[in-house]
Amino acid sequence: MSDNRLSVFKTYKLYVGGKFPRSESGRVYEVTDSKGKWLANAPQSSRKDARDAVVAARKAFGGWSGATAYNRGQILYRIAEMLEGRKDQFVREVADAEGLSKSKAAAVVDAAIDRWVWYAGWTDKIGQVVGGANPVAGPFFNLSTPEPTGVVTVLAPQKSSFLGLVSVIAPVIATGNTAVVVASADSPLPALSLGEVLATSDLPGGVVNILSGKTAEIAAPLASHQDVNAIDLTGADATLAKELEIAAADNLKRVLGPQPVDEGGAFDWSADPGTHRLTAFLETKTVWHPTGALGASGSSY
Amino acid sequence: MPTTAPAFSDATASDSALRRFLHGLPGVDAVGLEARAASLGTRSIKTTAKAYAIDLAISMIDLTTLEGADTPGKVRALAAKAVNPDPTDRTAPRTAAVCVYPDMAATAVAALAGSGVKVASVATAFPAGRAALDVKLADVRDAVAAGADEIDMVIDRGAFLSGHYLKVYEEILAVKAECARADGPDARLKVIFETGELSTYDNIRRASWLGMLAGADFIKTSTGKVGTNATPANTLLMLEAVRDFRAQTGVQIGVKPAGGIRTSKDAIKFLVLVNETAGEDWLDNHWFRFGASSLLNDLLMQRQKLSTGRYSGPDYVTVD
Repeated sequence: MSDNRLSVFKTYKLYVGGKFPRSESGRVYEVTDSKGKWLANAPQSSRKDARDAVVAARKAFGGWSGATAYNRGQILYRIAEMLEGRKDQFVREVADAEGLSKSKAAAVVDAAIDRWVWYAGWTDKIGQVVGGANPVAGPFFNLSTPEPTGVVTVLAPQKSSFLGLVSVIAPVIATGNTAVVVASADSPLPALSLGEVLATSDLPGGVVNILSGKTAEIAAPLASHQDVNAIDLTGADATLAKELEIAAADNLKRVLGPQPVDEGGAFDWSADPGTHRLTAFLETKTVWHPTGALGASGSSY
Repeated sequence: MPTTAPAFSDATASDSALRRFLHGLPGVDAVGLEARAASLGTRSIKTTAKAYAIDLAISMIDLTTLEGADTPGKVRALAAKAVNPDPTDRTAPRTAAVCVYPDMAATAVAALAGSGVKVASVATAFPAGRAALDVKLADVRDAVAAGADEIDMVIDRGAFLSGHYLKVYEEILAVKAECARADGPDARLKVIFETGELSTYDNIRRASWLGMLAGADFIKTSTGKVGTNATPANTLLMLEAVRDFRAQTGVQIGVKPAGGIRTSKDAIKFLVLVNETAGEDWLDNHWFRFGASSLLNDLLMQRQKLSTGRYSGPDYVTVD
């Protein structure tokens, strides 16, 4: 092809319910790289897009939370496989978004892929770590198991547009929650491209829904939404986080408070993530089960 | 189109006269009809208009349970919901009626006594209507005797589609006769065409006129048991029929779309159709109904959103 070939620009779209809609409002906003150069127009989601995303996430919850942990692990690993094949695209997008050199961006993308693998491994292990048999004074087995909280709103970190994003989405869905993700406002392109990867990774539609736009505008209706069970405030600044936490109190949402991750970019997303993000959106279910007929001694033990 | 009422008595004089009349109705412009229905669906109904529309829609619902698994308990639960749809907000209006199978009519009547909510009962071997006339009439008699205020009958689509219009006509007349009550108001008769089985818009127009000529109090799109149920287009067509019928005879007839209307947005689109086609006279639950079950929960969630400013969720309405 000669040099005068016409450019083919990508239309970035939202990822909701396994589909790629434009914003219901029809709005877009300009996304620039770290130096202010125009990259693309991204959809600017409205509160109705947020509402639709919650409906999609709720619909997907039954199937995803009911899938076996082993199956969820396979799918999370599949996401890593798909990302591996599209690494070049993500390296380019991350380099543009965060102003990194190509080699540094490649390291970030590698770390993000490894993050999926890390959480893929956790899906069928977290139950043993945080659940278990409780000793009780009676002829019962008493077993606690972790259950997913439900629909979780995730405000992705504003600065770390890809590794940070993966680090907040993966632990939410690993345990069987479904997520409505609000991408970084200034750098949403890696998140919107991640939607394309998720759509081709056997992840059921609606398990992860990705919205781009003004964080405060989208987050407010999600925080007060009665059908959202938890909210992760990672990408909110202190003022917004306070407002959202107040709004979230109404239906007793679980709230994972904001970490000082974006203050000067101090938070190091490449560090070992630990399990606290996995356990933040789990409920403990405890069942009592009779051990069986009592023996002549009056005890089955 | 005929211009005088006496022409209608000629129209129903014989099978051939009826066929001549029904086939003489103007053909339906399918593309135009669907375009008109779609364009009316784009109206933006917000704030106070939306609040009005939601309450109106709730008051027009025939809250329906037509399952093989219906129990008296379920019917009573549904009746309680019809009387008091939103226990957290007593300003929510009642639904128009509860719609059940004939054997559940007595249960519904007892549960709704004195509430003002009517009891509608499907009858005539609903939903297929494939039974002998005697059986169908016995079905209607049962429901009327049980105290049903409204009877939802299905037409014999087999007879209609094979052109035996007079048979369909006489069957409706016979059912209408069974709706009479010596000791109280007659049961109102809703005639279900099962538009999804009539294949063409022309047939829906013919069925509408046939039903109206036979004395239907309501014409109703469908049973909710087939693939295609109420659509904006077929409801628009039926609204045009009742409008024209009143213009020519002075008799007002109600319309009930049923099946497939699940969201507030859809319901409001239908209300726009009613207002723009038949007119304000039909914006009342005496003349327009929604046959629906899950629609009510969506309307209640929208209502809660309007009153609190927060999006509501399925945890805040009943599980039916």
